[in-house]
Amino acid sequence: MSRHVREEPTTDGMRAEHRLGLLLCAPAAAVMLVVAGWPIIYSFLLSFQRYDLRFPQARGWIGLDNYATVLTNHYWWVAFGVTVLIMVVSVAIELVLGMALAVVMHRTLVARGLLRTAVLIPYGIVSVVAAYGWKYAWTPGTGWLAGFLPENSAPLTQQIPALGIIVLAEVWKTTPFMALLLLAGLALIPDELHRAAEMDGASRWQRFIHITLPLMKPAILVALLFRALDAFRIYDNIYVLTNGAQSTASVSITTYHNLIGGLNLGIGSTLAVLIFLTVALIAFIFIKVFGASSPGTAPGADPKERR
Amino acid sequence: MGKWPSTPAVSRPRWRCLILVISLAVASPLLVSCGTENAGVVINIFNGPEENFSSIVDRCNSLAHGNYRIKLNQLPRDAEGQREQLVRRLAARDSGLDLMDMDITWVAELAEAGWIKEWTGEDKKSVERGTLEKPLKTARWNNKLYAAPYNTNVQLLWYRSDLVPTPPATWDELITAAEKLADQGKPHYVEVTGAQYEGLVVWFNALVTSAGSSILSADGKRVVLDSKARKALEVMKKFATSRAADPSLSNTHEQEANLAFQAGKAPFQVIWPFVYAATRDSNPELLKKLRWAPYPGIDGPGSSPLGGAVFAVGKYSKHPHEAFAAATCLRDPESQKIAAVKDGLPPTIRSVYDDREFIAKYPMRDAILQALETAGERPSTPFYQNISTIVSTVLSPPQAIAPQATLSRLRAEIADALQSKGVLP
Repeated sequence: MSRHVREEPTTDGMRAEHRLGLLLCAPAAAVMLVVAGWPIIYSFLLSFQRYDLRFPQARGWIGLDNYATVLTNHYWWVAFGVTVLIMVVSVAIELVLGMALAVVMHRTLVARGLLRTAVLIPYGIVSVVAAYGWKYAWTPGTGWLAGFLPENSAPLTQQIPALGIIVLAEVWKTTPFMALLLLAGLALIPDELHRAAEMDGASRWQRFIHITLPLMKPAILVALLFRALDAFRIYDNIYVLTNGAQSTASVSITTYHNLIGGLNLGIGSTLAVLIFLTVALIAFIFIKVFGASSPGTAPGADPKERR
Repeated sequence: MGKWPSTPAVSRPRWRCLILVISLAVASPLLVSCGTENAGVVINIFNGPEENFSSIVDRCNSLAHGNYRIKLNQLPRDAEGQREQLVRRLAARDSGLDLMDMDITWVAELAEAGWIKEWTGEDKKSVERGTLEKPLKTARWNNKLYAAPYNTNVQLLWYRSDLVPTPPATWDELITAAEKLADQGKPHYVEVTGAQYEGLVVWFNALVTSAGSSILSADGKRVVLDSKARKALEVMKKFATSRAADPSLSNTHEQEANLAFQAGKAPFQVIWPFVYAATRDSNPELLKKLRWAPYPGIDGPGSSPLGGAVFAVGKYSKHPHEAFAAATCLRDPESQKIAAVKDGLPPTIRSVYDDREFIAKYPMRDAILQALETAGERPSTPFYQNISTIVSTVLSPPQAIAPQATLSRLRAEIADALQSKGVLP
């Protein structure tokens, strides 16, 4: 369908077709509403209640009390800070490494397929398995990496070293994903531009800064958005590596501890809602402030249109 | 092609035969199960890994004479994972959860939530008969019996006779003794479970009760943690920052503590009696030097931590009657003896302690019985899990304890937890 047909159905036939269209997607919409919409609404409802599974009698509506409790709580802000730190640091490192990998993959002449496959291997490993690999590697006495450290140091039992290992595991795992997204953007830049700039005497670096980066901005923003949202919800790596000990809990880990460990559905749902809102805010900032867009929806997504 | 229409007529008898065979095949298990209906009652027990538990289950199955059959379902190895699986099943009203083996600290929580059934009548009497008072107390909540004590546990001070002539009686003496060994260039670490987990809570609670205080009031409604508890924190701090502490104290669980002791790095460890069996199996040389003494105190004699496990019947079980009977068998003197002798779990029934086979395997029998007299329970409250999480978080790492500030923080956060307020870390 081209764009003008969608706007207002004018003839009877079109109207009937429109109705049929709605009817046909109704089941899908209903399923979405049930499996995605209702849980979200339910979380919101729970977050306004005092609801501790251990005290079913004490259940009741308490308005915004849970939000006041969480937002004035020290553990929540520590977890929030830790999560933001992990997100910013790991995504920044991933961007640089991912870009380097993408350029190498783009420019390489020999064994291209092999190289791309090799780069993708970490991304293909189940994250919990990879996290256990890192955990054992850093465990004194059994790990090959711990062997390089001075004796009696257990990096996973101290906050800063543990956070470093979490970021390392995260970067190792998801840099390939970043590289792949960036490679797609890189492939869209026409070669003539580079050749023209070369004729004008631009150096490699100048060409990268003035041609590659600006033309790749949409791809970079999309990659950053995806990874930032993903990194903010970090759970599995931390669960395996420290389970939140020594103040290394992310907001998702804290939510899990309150919801499942503490059996506190009220506070747990409040935490979940706050994560949801933060993720929405991050997406909003990316789209409105930086002008990111998901691929194929807005003009900005297609570098060719910008030319 | 023309022959096709006649085919059904030709094969009709064969079809009939086939249908007969199929219906017989379908019906035969039904017929069998009609005959021995009781064998169909399956009691699902959820239990943490325990090497010889299946032989106890087999024994009870043969004693049940077909009234029920216990099916063993294994829970994760760590206590937190076990609790998580149980509460998830209970929250989902799982009728397949008949019987659970649980830590004594979960009784109040699950009883308050209405997830485990009260023991009454004859079942209750048989549990109370001959069972030691301390473990029995941990199976009660609001003066009602909610579980049947399976095993109990106390910590002792284990030491090496070649390095330590007389065992220290208090933590101060323990630190001094270790530092003296350090001065002589000998192994000098005291192994304590100081990692951020329940073991740290166990240590803290034992010191608090040894100091004559408690975390919560007897009714579990109020925080106590008075100035005597500060003394406990001071001792922890002093220990953690002294040369007596293993540098990896903040990462020491039971496993690491015992490994360091077995490796000869530590002349002392404060831990459960399983080390005796472990040493006997792996290190006969060390066994000759292995000695034990009562749990160290603050000023006078200490009060050991109290551990243990109980059996409870799930509320949504379809066969509670059989579940109570199965639990009664799984914890009877003979079962407890198997668990004690083969798996190193101290029994809760007094008469087992006089069994000859038991005495032969437990040279520290008297020390255990004596420690059980004064052992300090952890707080009995539905909020135990929250309190435990808070305590282990606030006290970790033990070197960083600042007695007064740490005490105030504990008091404030535990008070919040008692109101279902406050966020868990």
